[in-house]
Amino acid sequence: MKIRRIGIGAIALAAASALMLSGCSAGGDTPSTNSGGNNSAIITANGSEPQNPLIPTNTNEVGGGKILDEIFAGLVYYDAKGAPINDVAESIETTDAQNYTIKIKPGLKFTNGDPVDAASFVDAWQYGALLSNAQLSSYFFEDIQGFSYDADSPLTGLTVVDDTTFTVALTSPKSDFPLRLGYSAFFPLPKSAFADMAAFGENPVGNGPYMLAGEGAWKHNEKIDLVVNPDYKGGRVPKNGGVTIVFYATQDAAYSDLQGGNLDVLDAVPDSAYQTFQSDLGDRAVNQPAAVFQSFTIPSRLAHFGGEEGTLRKQAISMAINREEITKVIFEGTRTPASDFTSPVIDGWSDKLKGADVLEYNPDEAKKLWAEADKISPWSGTFQIAYNSDGGHQGWVDAVANSLKNTLGIDASGAPSPTFAQVRTAITDRSIQTAFRTGWQADYPGLFNFLGPIYATNAGSNDGDYSNPDFDALLAKGSSETDVDTANKDFQDAQEILLKDLPAIPLWYSNVTGGYGTEVSNVTFGWNSVPLYSEITKG
Amino acid sequence: MAGYIFRRVLQAIPVFFGTTFLIYFMVFAMPGDPIVALFGDKTPNPAVIEQLRQQYHLDQPFIVQYFIYIGGIFRGDFGISFSGEPVTQILARTFPVTIRLAILALLFQSIAGIVVGLYSGLRKGKLFDSSALVVSLILISLPIFVIAYVAQYVFGVQLGLARTTVGSGAPIQDLIMPALVLASVSFAQIVRLTRSSVIETSGLDFVRTAYSKGLSRRRIVPVHILRNSLIPVVTFLATDFGVLLVGATVTEGIFNVPGVGNTLYQAIIRGEGPTVVSFVTVMVLLYLVVNLVVDLLYGLLDPRIRLVK
Repeated sequence: MKIRRIGIGAIALAAASALMLSGCSAGGDTPSTNSGGNNSAIITANGSEPQNPLIPTNTNEVGGGKILDEIFAGLVYYDAKGAPINDVAESIETTDAQNYTIKIKPGLKFTNGDPVDAASFVDAWQYGALLSNAQLSSYFFEDIQGFSYDADSPLTGLTVVDDTTFTVALTSPKSDFPLRLGYSAFFPLPKSAFADMAAFGENPVGNGPYMLAGEGAWKHNEKIDLVVNPDYKGGRVPKNGGVTIVFYATQDAAYSDLQGGNLDVLDAVPDSAYQTFQSDLGDRAVNQPAAVFQSFTIPSRLAHFGGEEGTLRKQAISMAINREEITKVIFEGTRTPASDFTSPVIDGWSDKLKGADVLEYNPDEAKKLWAEADKISPWSGTFQIAYNSDGGHQGWVDAVANSLKNTLGIDASGAPSPTFAQVRTAITDRSIQTAFRTGWQADYPGLFNFLGPIYATNAGSNDGDYSNPDFDALLAKGSSETDVDTANKDFQDAQEILLKDLPAIPLWYSNVTGGYGTEVSNVTFGWNSVPLYSEITKG
Repeated sequence: MAGYIFRRVLQAIPVFFGTTFLIYFMVFAMPGDPIVALFGDKTPNPAVIEQLRQQYHLDQPFIVQYFIYIGGIFRGDFGISFSGEPVTQILARTFPVTIRLAILALLFQSIAGIVVGLYSGLRKGKLFDSSALVVSLILISLPIFVIAYVAQYVFGVQLGLARTTVGSGAPIQDLIMPALVLASVSFAQIVRLTRSSVIETSGLDFVRTAYSKGLSRRRIVPVHILRNSLIPVVTFLATDFGVLLVGATVTEGIFNVPGVGNTLYQAIIRGEGPTVVSFVTVMVLLYLVVNLVVDLLYGLLDPRIRLVK
């Protein structure tokens, strides 16, 4: 998961700036010329200071992730729709979804001259998985044979066959494994990296479409300069001269820069401009669903939420929330009401799942179900949703609580904690005694990524301790299919179980909100909400 | 004089230990586990958490963590941030930017504030005086982020006279607008302070004597009136310099200045003990130095309070 943590401080300012900006609009739209553009022009884009060294297996947030995606080429990359396309890989083959043979293109090089061979991948993955290296993304290797969370243990499932071939043996079939390989954790590393990983993290050497513009191109807290890597041979050859990613402490500053003409591409519009950015930017505004799913989780260990009573109550709560209205009023249309547990940008997504009507606002049915649950055991107490007040959640939590109050006639409210760390700690050690906000940003564009890590029995992020053997069985079945569509069908069946049990109450999909300046064209946003920088032309 | 400075420096030692201890304790006592938060909405494996805790000494009791940190400081090692950057580097990168911004703001506000305040004070009740009072009242009552957003929108976005945010390296020309914004509120206060002080001084006996001695106005105003009116202003400027160093978080955020306020804010949110404490320690030391300089300045302005002995 790539975490977005920018702009936390901006909330206090949001109200005032919204007042001021609402009267204004950016004038002077010059039509952008759609000629080929200037091949040496540098694109400026917004970003945030990477929170970790720029090591592929140790980066789990957007700030560092978007840089790594440009300076490294993995086995595959994702196109705008999230479909995997071979980058370094020549072929990825399997007959049983458990054992893979991966062939890579010969003759590729890192920007320091080191060859990109099978060992570059295997060594990088071994490094990332080793417990004592404490890499934030180590869990990506947990399906490979030999992986252990308890002790340093080599990935025995990885074997180098020759310079351009290696094999991967998983502990169980995972049909979406090839899809995962475009995630940064699976990028290769040059030999030179292992000698001094700390120095490498400061000046990473990759094999991607771009490379750092020399030593010290990463100016901490200010920007990072990327220039075209002339040796890159894959499908993402840049149509511009480079990308400068400017680090912003607040999204408001980035938005001002876009308006002031100092920034070409913005992929995060601040809350304060939700109301105005589409009229400010006209057809240069972007507002489309992203691979981010928002929900809140009601653990079944809470009183009144276990067993059949709990299921009835969760369904009642889900139907008592007017998602349509909240996304329109609170979020100004920058969220899309959820109709499942994944995201519309993911291949296989459907809004026609059986039981999806539980996600529609239906106050009468909600009251009926709540009354049925009261017959099992009468309701008492307050329904609360925990959230971190440093993340701009208060608006929608209060709206949801009001929705519940008005529809079900119960006492409902938000339960704010000052910091994100505090809420996550309480959720992780299970000391939390209320419902709580949950969200998921996909690591790779696959349905399984939204389901397996969160709702499978004992899964890493199963914060609500949900467990349903039927659901687990369907996930396993889908994972062992080698045909993508058949697998997706199984995952959809599994989702229909979730729609009945509601281990989390789906709320909405976050949209990517962004925009671009008059000087650039060909701006498309990828499945992961980051613009496809290599496609952008300028001038 | 030398003895006085020496005593003041000695006093800084307990202040240094007291503040670092307090700040370290406060960061330590902040609710929530910073390591868990590193993983966002994803729940990490306990073994990975344990490994990371060890790496940052977070598995040790508070007092041990504190002494590991203090021990490091005396070896010139301020610890490392979560991004693997030595805190000394972060300090060396951000403090010059903020100090530059603070000095620029201080220059703007003191020059403009004293000139306007003096002029108002000498022409008490006239049109200039009244309008200066109205303007300063408006500036004082506006929250700084409103001024910042308006300035950014009008001068940056609409008129294109200045860059909307501060560019990489924080060059002086980019810092002018944020500095003016920062200076605006204090400017208003300095105008009022100088004005009332000038009015008070103008009525004192020694000014009357100077006039009756036949001294020219050109000599009386700067030497007799202004110099004697500046003591409260200098006190204000000194405290304000401290505020500018630590309290520019909002302005730095709006103009994306890669300075202390911004960095410290992020570090607090992330629960990075070593970064927070190091920043605050350096701030405290700077504050002590500035105050010492001001105390010495008093003597230059008014020989009567020059230090005895």
